[in-house]
Amino acid sequence: MNPSGLPPLASLPGPQIRAVHDELHGDLLELSMGPHHPSTHGVFRMVVTLDGETVVKLKPVFGYLHRNHEKIAEGASYLGSMPYTDRLDYLCSMTNNWSYALAVERLAGQAVSERAEYVRVILAELTRLLNHTCLAGFLLQDGGASGTPLMYAFREREKILDLFESLSGSRMMCNYQRFGGCRADPSPAWLDSARALVDGYGRFLDEYEALLTGNEILMARTQGIGRLSPQLAVSAGVTGPMLRAAGVGYDIRKVDGYGFYPRFTFRVPIGADGDTYDRYMVRILEMRESIGILRQALRDIPAGPILDPKAKQRGLRPKAGEVYSRIEGPKGEIGFFLISDGGPNPYRYRVRPPSLINLTILEDMCLGQSIADSVVILGSVDIVLGEVDR
Amino acid sequence: MSEPAPAAPAVTDAERAELRRHGMLLTSIEELCDWGRSHSVWPLQFGLACCAIEMIAASMARFDIARFGSEVFRPSPRQADLLIVSGTVTKKMAPMVVRIWNQMPEPKYCIAMGACAISGGPFKQGYNVLKGIDRFVPVDIYVPGCPPRPEALLHGLIKLQEKIRGQRLGTPAPSECPVPEYAAHDLDPTKNPQLWQPPVLVRKEGA
Repeated sequence: MNPSGLPPLASLPGPQIRAVHDELHGDLLELSMGPHHPSTHGVFRMVVTLDGETVVKLKPVFGYLHRNHEKIAEGASYLGSMPYTDRLDYLCSMTNNWSYALAVERLAGQAVSERAEYVRVILAELTRLLNHTCLAGFLLQDGGASGTPLMYAFREREKILDLFESLSGSRMMCNYQRFGGCRADPSPAWLDSARALVDGYGRFLDEYEALLTGNEILMARTQGIGRLSPQLAVSAGVTGPMLRAAGVGYDIRKVDGYGFYPRFTFRVPIGADGDTYDRYMVRILEMRESIGILRQALRDIPAGPILDPKAKQRGLRPKAGEVYSRIEGPKGEIGFFLISDGGPNPYRYRVRPPSLINLTILEDMCLGQSIADSVVILGSVDIVLGEVDR
Repeated sequence: MSEPAPAAPAVTDAERAELRRHGMLLTSIEELCDWGRSHSVWPLQFGLACCAIEMIAASMARFDIARFGSEVFRPSPRQADLLIVSGTVTKKMAPMVVRIWNQMPEPKYCIAMGACAISGGPFKQGYNVLKGIDRFVPVDIYVPGCPPRPEALLHGLIKLQEKIRGQRLGTPAPSECPVPEYAAHDLDPTKNPQLWQPPVLVRKEGA
C-alpha cells in the first residue's frame, strides 16, 4: 500500500540524459569525484557526466570503506557485536547501540528497566542534536562557508561528547547500551549537566539560525536545488529527515512508538518543497523538538535500576527465530535484522543503513543541477561512509 | 633526508645557551630550516573513516591544531607535507592511498592514526581490510586508539615535529611506493617487502 496516498511513481519522468551533441554544445565530460575528495564526506566516489556545468548522469560508487561488519558479526557473540555497531555511523553510536540492543532484546525476550528507557531516549535525542548540528556545519562547508559554521557545530559537539564521555568513558565509540538496559547509571550530577546543556542549546540554535537560516547565500545555494518528490522518496525507501523534508510525515518515533516515545509530546516537522533548504530546515526544527523531548525526559526520569543484574549479556543464546528492529536514528530508519539458530552468535546479521538507502536517489536529485550544487545536495543527504559501506 | 653521523659540535649547547641569555642567537641554516619546517606541516585533508572526525575535531576550536602550525589542511596532495591515514584502509581503497602518497612532494611524512590504520584494528579479521597501511607506505608516527582522542593526534604531531627537527638537509631519498592492484582475491602484491616483512615467530626450545 502506498502510505502517503500519492500517485504512483510510474507517472513520474525518469532520469534522462539530455545532452545535445552539436558544434555549439560540444562533448560531455566524465568526471570522477572521489574517493579522495574534500566534499564527498569520506571515501565516496561519484562518476559524474557533465554537459558544461550541468550534471546529466551521476553514478555513485560505494565500497571503499567496506569493513565486513556483517560478516564479522556473524562470527561474534551477540554482545561482541555491540562495539562494532558504534563504528557504523560513527557520529551516532548511541542510536546504533540502541537499535541493536532492541533487536537482541526482542529476540531474547528481555525486558528493559524504566530508567534505562528514559536514559536511552535522552541519549538518542542528544545524538540527534549532535548529528544535525554537525550536518548543518558540513552542509555549509560544502556550500563554500569553509570553517565558521563547522566551528560553531564542533564547539557544541564537544559539549555533548563531554556528557557521553563522562557517562560511557568514550567520546565517540560509546558502546553503552546493554541487553535489557544500559551499562552505567547516570549520576544526579550528570543529569544536572545534561539539563544545563539542554537549557543552553536553544540559545545556540538561535545563534546558529541567525547566522545561517536567513542567509542570502545559503538560500540562493539551496532553495529549489535538488528537489525530491514525495512519491520518489516513498518508493525508494528514503527515511528520516530527507523523507520528512519531501513532505511525508513519517517518523518511527510516532509510528512504532518504541521506547517511551509515546509518553513525550513532540511534533514532527515536515518540508513543503523537498529541496535542499527544506532538508536543512527540517533538521533545525527537529533539533528544537529534540530539546523539548530532552526537557520532558530529564524532568520525568525515575529512580531505579538501570540494568537488571540478572539480564544475560555474555554467552547469550536466544532461541531460534528472527527479528527486525528499527528506530528513528538521526539519519533515518536504522534497523537490524537478526536470525538466530539457537547458537551463541547470530546465523544472519543484517543492518538496514539509512544513509545508503537515502543515497540511492542521489542521481535523481542531481540531474539538471550544476556540479557545484550536486556537492551541496550530497551534503544534505547526510551520509556517513561507515554506514553506507559497512 | 639522509642522516650522516653528527660531527662534534664546534660550539657546545651550554655556550649557546649562555649566548642566548645575552640576546644572541647562534644557529645553523640546517637548524633554522628544520625549525621552520617542523612548525609548518601542512596535512592533507583526507578522511577515511571514524578517525577522520577526530582529526576534524583536532582542527576545531577546543583542540586547535593551529597552535602547532598545522591548521592548513590542503585538499590537494601536491600541496601537503603530511598524510594522516585516519581510519580503516580497505583493499579497495589502498591503491588510492598509495597513489596519493606518491603524489605528495618531498619531504613528506605519514601518521597512521588509529588502530585500523596501524594494524587493521577491530576489523582486522575482515576479508576486505588492509592490516596496516605500513605494508605499502612508510609510516613515521603511529597514533594508537579507536579512535585516538584529538590530544593523541596532537601528541603524534609533536613527536613528528621532533623527528623533523632531528633531520639534516640533503637530497631526500626518493620514496615513491609501488601502487598495488586491487585484484580478484587480494591486493597484488599483498605488501611492499622493502617496507614490511611479517614478524618472524621463534618457538622456544622445548616449548
